[in-house]
Amino acid sequence: MSPEKMVRMANQIAIFFKTQPGDDAAEKIAQHLSDFWEPRMRDQLHAHVDAGGAGLDPLVIAADARIRTTTAEG
Amino acid sequence: MKDFIIPVRERDMGTPARSGAPVTLTIDGVPVTVPEGTSVMRAAMEAGIQVPKLCATDSVEAFGSCRLCVVEIAGRRGTPASCTTPVAEGMEVRTGSDRVRKVRRGVMELYISDHPLDCLTCAANGDCELQDMAGMVGLRDVRYSAPEGAGLANHFEARDTSGAANPEWLPKDDSNPYFTYDPSKCIVCSRCVRACEEVQGTFALTIEGRGFDSRVSAGGAGDDFLTSDCVSCGACVQACPTATLQEKSVIELGTPDRAVVTTCAYCGVGCSFKAEMNGDELVRMVPYKHGKANRGHSCVKGRFAYGYAHHQDRILKPLIRERIDQPWREVEWDEALSFAAARLRGIQARHGRKSVGVITSSRCTNEETYLVQKLARAVFGNNNTDTCARVCHSPTGYGLGQTFGTSAGTQDFDSVEQTDVVIVIGANPTDGHPVFASRLKKRLRAGAKLIVIDPRRIDLVKSPHVQAANHLPLRPGTNVAVVSAMAHVIVTEGLMDEEFIRTRCDWDEFQHYADFISDPRHSPEATEMLTGVPATSLREAARLFATGGNGAIYYGLGVTEHSQGSTTVMGIANLAMLTGNIGRPGVGVNPLRGQNNVQGACDMGSFPHELPGYRHVKGAEARAVYEQLWGVEIDPEPGLRIPNMLDAAVDGSFKGLYCQGEDILQSDPDTKHVAAGLAAMDCVIVHDLFLNETANYAHVFLPGSTFLEKDGTFTNAERRINRVRRVIPPRNGYADWEITQMLAKAMGADWGYTHPAQIMEEIALTTPSFAGVDYALLEEKGSVQWPVNDASPEGTPLMHVEGFVRGKGRFIVTEYVATDERSGPRFPLLLTTGRILSQYNVGAQTRRTDNVIWHAEDVLEIHPHDAEVRGVADGDWVRLASRSGETSLRAQITDRVSPGVVYTTFHHPDTQANVITTDYSDWATNCPEYKVTAVQVSLSNGPSEWQEDYAAQAANARRILPAAE
Ligand code: SF4
Ligand code: SF4
Ligand code: SF4
Ligand code: FES
Repeated sequence: MSPEKMVRMANQIAIFFKTQPGDDAAEKIAQHLSDFWEPRMRDQLHAHVDAGGAGLDPLVIAADARIRTTTAEG
Repeated sequence: MKDFIIPVRERDMGTPARSGAPVTLTIDGVPVTVPEGTSVMRAAMEAGIQVPKLCATDSVEAFGSCRLCVVEIAGRRGTPASCTTPVAEGMEVRTGSDRVRKVRRGVMELYISDHPLDCLTCAANGDCELQDMAGMVGLRDVRYSAPEGAGLANHFEARDTSGAANPEWLPKDDSNPYFTYDPSKCIVCSRCVRACEEVQGTFALTIEGRGFDSRVSAGGAGDDFLTSDCVSCGACVQACPTATLQEKSVIELGTPDRAVVTTCAYCGVGCSFKAEMNGDELVRMVPYKHGKANRGHSCVKGRFAYGYAHHQDRILKPLIRERIDQPWREVEWDEALSFAAARLRGIQARHGRKSVGVITSSRCTNEETYLVQKLARAVFGNNNTDTCARVCHSPTGYGLGQTFGTSAGTQDFDSVEQTDVVIVIGANPTDGHPVFASRLKKRLRAGAKLIVIDPRRIDLVKSPHVQAANHLPLRPGTNVAVVSAMAHVIVTEGLMDEEFIRTRCDWDEFQHYADFISDPRHSPEATEMLTGVPATSLREAARLFATGGNGAIYYGLGVTEHSQGSTTVMGIANLAMLTGNIGRPGVGVNPLRGQNNVQGACDMGSFPHELPGYRHVKGAEARAVYEQLWGVEIDPEPGLRIPNMLDAAVDGSFKGLYCQGEDILQSDPDTKHVAAGLAAMDCVIVHDLFLNETANYAHVFLPGSTFLEKDGTFTNAERRINRVRRVIPPRNGYADWEITQMLAKAMGADWGYTHPAQIMEEIALTTPSFAGVDYALLEEKGSVQWPVNDASPEGTPLMHVEGFVRGKGRFIVTEYVATDERSGPRFPLLLTTGRILSQYNVGAQTRRTDNVIWHAEDVLEIHPHDAEVRGVADGDWVRLASRSGETSLRAQITDRVSPGVVYTTFHHPDTQANVITTDYSDWATNCPEYKVTAVQVSLSNGPSEWQEDYAAQAANARRILPAAE
């Protein structure tokens, strides 16, 4: 997936959870990503964050560390 | 299992059923108790006594014109018509005195004197009520004849004996492709007129003239059936007691001798049909009176458009090829399956377990879908399964799951009969869900109010005897803002149902929501500029919905196919909870599903993150159920969704796909991206009826079977599980579930299902909401609505009656976020897409029937103002371009769309509206944003270069080598 597309999709999720009550948006974003993003996509996101996370909403970057770690095999 | 065969003719009760206090009377000495308001005719039928009749039938209100049904009633004068006389307590009725017999014979004699006596060669021979009644009343001779020298006084002879033309005679109207109107056989009973009004709600027919000159007429002067408003639903044909309105298939093939009850394979209404057979030939489809979704009605697709099963394009032998630039090679099943299995296993060996996946079909049966996802989870060993529901209703699953706790509509279709205010948002029922639309219109004619929220002026906004109280023509992409503004009005004007909210919903969450939604930025006045909806009409609509009695919301893909699709679904759920419109008849939140089995495909675990019954794969408990039964380990991580599969294919990590009954190249957005993904794969297996567009990129083609050729179940938009029954043997040799099983076996699985009933047993065993479902129950009840379990062994027509499935209903904050897809200087217009009545989805089936007469090509609807500034005239070829691509089609100038908005359908591959649509999608589910694309329109000379290349590539990809000797 192109990085722009991934960034846009991740940010869309952040925008929704940002508007929700409570101060656990990062946690909820991480949960959503863990539940719906296939490991390959999560890996791509990790890599993008590691490389500086250009374009990502700060909440996505905060969420990244909390995303469920995936089982290795591809 | 035995076929469920019923006699062709069902009992006609004469007049519609009533509900009311019991009334007891005697008919020919037989006591009978019926609801108040029932006709004497119907009461007699209840008592087992048939009164002769012609103008009455139980699908329409009695009219009392033929006087064949006369009876005598003790204490009353004369011989009243039993169809228009309501029962009364203690009434004594005699149906067979000499006096009434004489009246009936006289009536019959008059009818027959003006009817051709060509019964033996008539298409309705043996299926004609006039014939039956002549027999029943004992008509033996006809004394009337044409008066001497006064020409012919009849309607049925074209010329008199001298050869002069009979001015009363009218030729047959053959204009409709599916039925004929032969005026010479008409008895002017008006059953057809009433059916068109009461059942269908189209008002296309009238009786013109008076007395001897009365005629049934379609449309106005100079119209025939085709040019009139007729939508070819066939209700009039079904109601006609004679051969006047007659299916062409019956004229051609003869009358049926038996019927098998089955379910329509087109839209999510899920109409029940009798497939009427003559030998092994299907003669006609007649909607089944006892079908609980359709109550005896249907639309043109279900009733008439089944001819694709015998279309010459249908592929009946498996095809394979090494590379997609080669022609196809016809092979035997064994070879095709081992070729496919070896390729998939080879890919997995080289690229890993997760490099292959499946797409299940929302057109196939539950049992077939269940097997395809099982193939991924148990045989491929991954969760790469998705379904086209991804691209239509996945936000419904997510949104309703979050708010109510279950991913489905809350009502049955009967519920509409008790509704007082209906919101239709992002749906066009008269085209997309026609039988539901007819039922809705009936309710609207009885006084219910309608609010339409749609960028287009859909037919429901104004049609004969139906007018929306409010039409909110919002700008595409602003659903959340409009729904929130309605909630704002309801909350700030104190119109909410606080009692309901306190007892049924999470109060803390509500308070937070109320704070949020009360903010003036959500007011209709504040959002008017953005949404294009006048604040006053929005306020009116909100007040009407909150205070008008039972409020029901029906919505479609205009809600879900947006980047905020899931948020809008939540907003709709909020509206229903705010107004207490959940948990009883006449209310609720009702997604109108696109394809016939979208609900079922979702229920059956087609989504990559969910096992059947909406249980996330991360849950060890749910996984354990299948791990034990299947003896495999289930991956606890979600798999790839369709758009993700295509992305991964372009990236090189996804290489093989088994796609059953879907045409993702035509139906999914951003065609070029889909094509690139498909082209990057090493093994694409298409399992379908025809070489569809996706098959241009396939290496294996497995010929599929039609719904007429297999057993199984479909689940419609009201969660109703309906039986599909085999009426003819599969022309391709196997039912689709057998083909999936053969593929699984070729890959080493040891499946041994011998009938879909066994698959349903497995579904029931493993899925709590289906625990009580089995074929025996379906045979007994006809259909059931899930959940079916110990708590509700006969199913659940209404959901959330005592409390929400998740406990307390949740109000969720719905902040409007503008889509990134915005019109600008390069692309100043917004394109939205939809469909029309006669065609279905990508059109693979309907384009291969006579339905093309109504829609031969996709056109672009454009407002006169936008057309004028571009110099576009009606019928001109125009170029439609977005940042994704461009295509050409003809323009249709109409003020149905607002200025700034253009609209088209996606039924035809040569237009390919999806070349234009982008890869933007719903934030939660990746459901593509079909409904908003920024575009430009300009004049063009004809098909675009891309279209011509595409046509050439498609023709090339469809070559089939003659079978090897
Ligand atoms: S086919 Fe349907 S719409 Fe057409 S005239 Fe008959 S009842 Fe009316
Ligand atoms: S067309 Fe058929 S239903 Fe209509 S008035 Fe004539 S006989 Fe009756
Ligand atoms: S397409 Fe829909 S409305 Fe039409 S007959 Fe089939 S199920 Fe019924
Ligand atoms: S059936 Fe009663 S008047 Fe015709």
